[in-house]
Amino acid sequence: MPTVNVDAERYVFKPLKKTFDAKEFEELCFEFGIELEEATSEREMAAKEGEKADDLSDKLVYKIDIPANRYDMLCGEGISRALKAYLQIEKPPVYKVVHPVNGKALEKLYVKPETGAIRPHVVAAILRDVTLDQGAYDSFIELQDKLHNNICRKRTLVAIGTHDLDTIQGPFSYEALPPKSLKFIPLNQSKAMDGEELMKFYETDRKLSKFLHIIRDAPRYPIIFDSKRTVLSLPPIINGDHSKIKLSTKNIFIECTATDLTKAKIVLNTVVTMFSQYCSKPFTVEPVEVVHADGTSVVYPDLSSRTVEADVNYINRSIGVNLEADKIAELLEKMSLSAQTSEDHKKVIVSVPPTRSDILHACDVMEDVAVAYGFNNIVETTPKFGTVAVQQPVNKLTDQLRREIALAGYTEVLPFTLCSHDENFAWLNKEDKGEAVKLSNPKTVEYEVVRTSLLPGMLKTINANQHYPRPFKIFEVSDVVFKDDRSEYERRSRNQRNLCAVYSNNASGFENIHGLLDRIMMKLDVKLVPHGDANGYYIKESENATFFPGRRADVYYQNEVIGSFGIVHPNVLEKYEISFPCTAIEINVEPFV
Amino acid sequence: MSLREAYTTLFLSILDKDGEIKDTADLKHEGKSVDQETVIGVLKSLESREVIKYETISREQLVLTEEGADIADNGSYEARVFYAVPEGEENGISVADLKSKLGQAAQFGQGRAIKNKWIKKSANGGFTRAVESIVDESQNLLRDIREKGAYHDEKVVKDLKKQKHISASKVTSYRVVKGDKFTTQIVKEETDITEEMLKSGEWKTATFKKYNFNAAGVQPRSGALHPLMKVREEYRQIFLELGFSEMPTAQYVESSFWNFDALFQPQQHPARDAHDTFFLSDPATSDRMPMDYVERVKQVHSVGGYGSIGYGYDWKIAEAEKLVLRTHTTAVSSNMLYKLAKEFQETGEWKPVKWFSIDKVFRNETLDATHLAEFHQIEGVVADRGLTLGDLIGTLHGFFKKLGIQKLRFKPAYNPYTEPSMEIFAWHDGLNKWVEIGNSGMFRPEMLLPMGLPEDVAVIAWGLSTERPTMIKYGYNNIRDLVGHKCRLDMVNRNPIARVDK
Repeated sequence: MPTVNVDAERYVFKPLKKTFDAKEFEELCFEFGIELEEATSEREMAAKEGEKADDLSDKLVYKIDIPANRYDMLCGEGISRALKAYLQIEKPPVYKVVHPVNGKALEKLYVKPETGAIRPHVVAAILRDVTLDQGAYDSFIELQDKLHNNICRKRTLVAIGTHDLDTIQGPFSYEALPPKSLKFIPLNQSKAMDGEELMKFYETDRKLSKFLHIIRDAPRYPIIFDSKRTVLSLPPIINGDHSKIKLSTKNIFIECTATDLTKAKIVLNTVVTMFSQYCSKPFTVEPVEVVHADGTSVVYPDLSSRTVEADVNYINRSIGVNLEADKIAELLEKMSLSAQTSEDHKKVIVSVPPTRSDILHACDVMEDVAVAYGFNNIVETTPKFGTVAVQQPVNKLTDQLRREIALAGYTEVLPFTLCSHDENFAWLNKEDKGEAVKLSNPKTVEYEVVRTSLLPGMLKTINANQHYPRPFKIFEVSDVVFKDDRSEYERRSRNQRNLCAVYSNNASGFENIHGLLDRIMMKLDVKLVPHGDANGYYIKESENATFFPGRRADVYYQNEVIGSFGIVHPNVLEKYEISFPCTAIEINVEPFV
Repeated sequence: MSLREAYTTLFLSILDKDGEIKDTADLKHEGKSVDQETVIGVLKSLESREVIKYETISREQLVLTEEGADIADNGSYEARVFYAVPEGEENGISVADLKSKLGQAAQFGQGRAIKNKWIKKSANGGFTRAVESIVDESQNLLRDIREKGAYHDEKVVKDLKKQKHISASKVTSYRVVKGDKFTTQIVKEETDITEEMLKSGEWKTATFKKYNFNAAGVQPRSGALHPLMKVREEYRQIFLELGFSEMPTAQYVESSFWNFDALFQPQQHPARDAHDTFFLSDPATSDRMPMDYVERVKQVHSVGGYGSIGYGYDWKIAEAEKLVLRTHTTAVSSNMLYKLAKEFQETGEWKPVKWFSIDKVFRNETLDATHLAEFHQIEGVVADRGLTLGDLIGTLHGFFKKLGIQKLRFKPAYNPYTEPSMEIFAWHDGLNKWVEIGNSGMFRPEMLLPMGLPEDVAVIAWGLSTERPTMIKYGYNNIRDLVGHKCRLDMVNRNPIARVDK
């Protein structure tokens, strides 16, 4: 969830005509669906980070958490607009696309075909006659940063460039050039660099280094020029220094390059709707014509409202309320959605402004009605149908077995499902025959496979508890996972419920584990039978290398091997750094379900 | 004979003769003062059988400090100076020699020795004796105090304390008289009833040692269930009591399709990032999903449908085919709802359901005190025609009441597959604030309708983790003290039974 820091006086108290205390504002946020995380100041924030804070401001700052789909609230301007509507102080503005006066032609942005291979989409717009004070300027920069980190997915999907239009000259062109053949002075630098030098230069940059990979190895880099071949930007890395925005900038050219056109449009709309507030004619935006290589052209931005119709009945029966169409329309106004009722009052016709890209379906309208009505004002009801509860048989048996094993004096442990390849194989003297599911991208290096045996976790538990008094008697009944390519397994793998117990003391206690097996079988009402008899279980000496020769055996049930037990081989103990004997048993419990 | 037995004999014989022991501090055994700590043990045991009665005598006793003891043993500093000066007026000692002989004592003692007129200065600057013999009263006084532990002259005591030669310490001794059942006969005390005693009837006459109820009992050897698994059982029980059936969740490996796409979670969503999700290298992908349904999911993501405009992006089957370790049990819920829809399509008959699951889910987290790569998720799902947000709120109140949580409130939130989405907050009396305890919502039509569920069927669902409430309940700050191979076996053994509503 993104967090936005806003100047409380400028973006909350003044527009809402009320000085809130933190508790009051927190309540308001809660009901509206945003969250006041902290009331602080620039000085306090810096002090907390251990940075120098002496000359920073004590002005009250609200840190507000915004839902991940509300890009229109990623800046103070948007938050005040939304809250003003919610508190019915002022209706949200209507945004207008206004063509240049005196019949002047639109600024044009030509797209070269080479961009298709690296970053195929571009959209643009212009804000005219803007007056930015320091607060608005900071907010403008901050919004771009928030958009980059959220909807733009760290600039992979969309990158924003903003420029002082009075320093450049249209028409513009969006091209893709080999890194060596482009050269410009990047933002806030003094030296011109070619593409390769630039990549090298920003390698160690704390902020920009993480974006380099997006284009670094491409044969051609995306780049935007003006008509005099001045570089506006090298998206998605950096703008040129030449056209940078200053406090005194009057006319702003905004371009968004993208791999996802839908998101590029949302980002452009968000930037222009938020900051057209500072135009001499507020909430107006001048369009730019993007001309594609094939000659077709599209004019951006599209600030038209979209119409969504929602059934009054659908809204009422989804929330569990009984509201008239007019009341619903009124509630939607609080959520910045202007709505009208159909003639027969069976529908509300909602006009979705360009700021509300989160509205995909009538259910989103229904949600806004519910929020405006107040989740906590909805009368609670309960579903009116009876059911008979059914347990999963394997889970029921698992719980029954766990209790029996604990009654036999064993303590349940809960090691992890993920482990290293060695723990699961080599350390158990086991060969990897490709039966384990392997992870491709673990952050924790020791997580390489999903366990195929419960034994590694048990041995690790004993290792971690070695300084406590013995004997140790521990167990776990849980899932292991096997790769399984048989067609009935859609995920090409399956879980299996295993039972594992380990006894450890000065001597191996082999007969104790043997006794535990007999007891478990007694409780499962399974009888010991001669070898080859399918009507019970029997034990047969085995060659299982995890265990010590002569003290190892397989357990058969209905003539199938369901597991094994034995004195854990000293080589295995050595790997797990356990200095006293252990006996272990592991069996599959699924045949008993 | 043990010391206790010796004391017992001693006390009983004195009492028999004199009828009273005025003060046990005066008693001697084998020439030494008796040890009062052993005395009280013996007295308590005799008193419990009413052989004697006793009362405590508390008083201050004077004891010598280290320096005081040195003086008592080796003489006062002035006496040491006197004895260091050779006899006879003609013989003397230089200041330097005196110092090298006595060290610091020469400095402390020479002034007082002169004042006492024991020695005098000689012509050559040294000292000679002024008297033939002396009486060292300081030494005698300290020896006397050491023996008696007291002195009659308060002023002298005060001075000696000031000089740090003596200090006061509290001592306890006892006055003892005969009890109602006084006897000089020493009885053997039994500690336990034995089989032999039952047979012989000896238990009728035997005397039993008093049991110390303040000591710890002997712990039984026992096995134990893990705290988190006990909490899991409790939640399971609650769901079953509420009529919820258990979903089959024994499937950790899931396709991105069921884990994300089927839930209308777009392919560029941050949760699908390698930073958050475990992808697999073997097996890496699966194409065994129901393809007609996959096609409908693709449509609703990329171009919309069912009343939705969709996300408007290029949906790729390759992304959906990637296998992952499931990041939530909702992957199972989505699969179950699909099966329910299929059943409805085939039979035309709608059956409402209440489902739950509690099982492991996996996140590619960097491990710390509150984050693990695997944890248990609790999930509840109800599906029927015409369910409302009010039904969800009522169901949540019903569920959390079972956990002993009476006060809930709900905050609007965002989740890609539920709309409305509500964060659940509970009032925490201890913390005196609202605490987030879970998430809930109604599944989006873009998720339900491609499955083939009837249009008026609504599905409400909620989820929480098992670990978080368990940590709060039992006061763990580090998740690794509760889960994983590093947790202590005695923690598992001592952990109380799980009563989630208490």
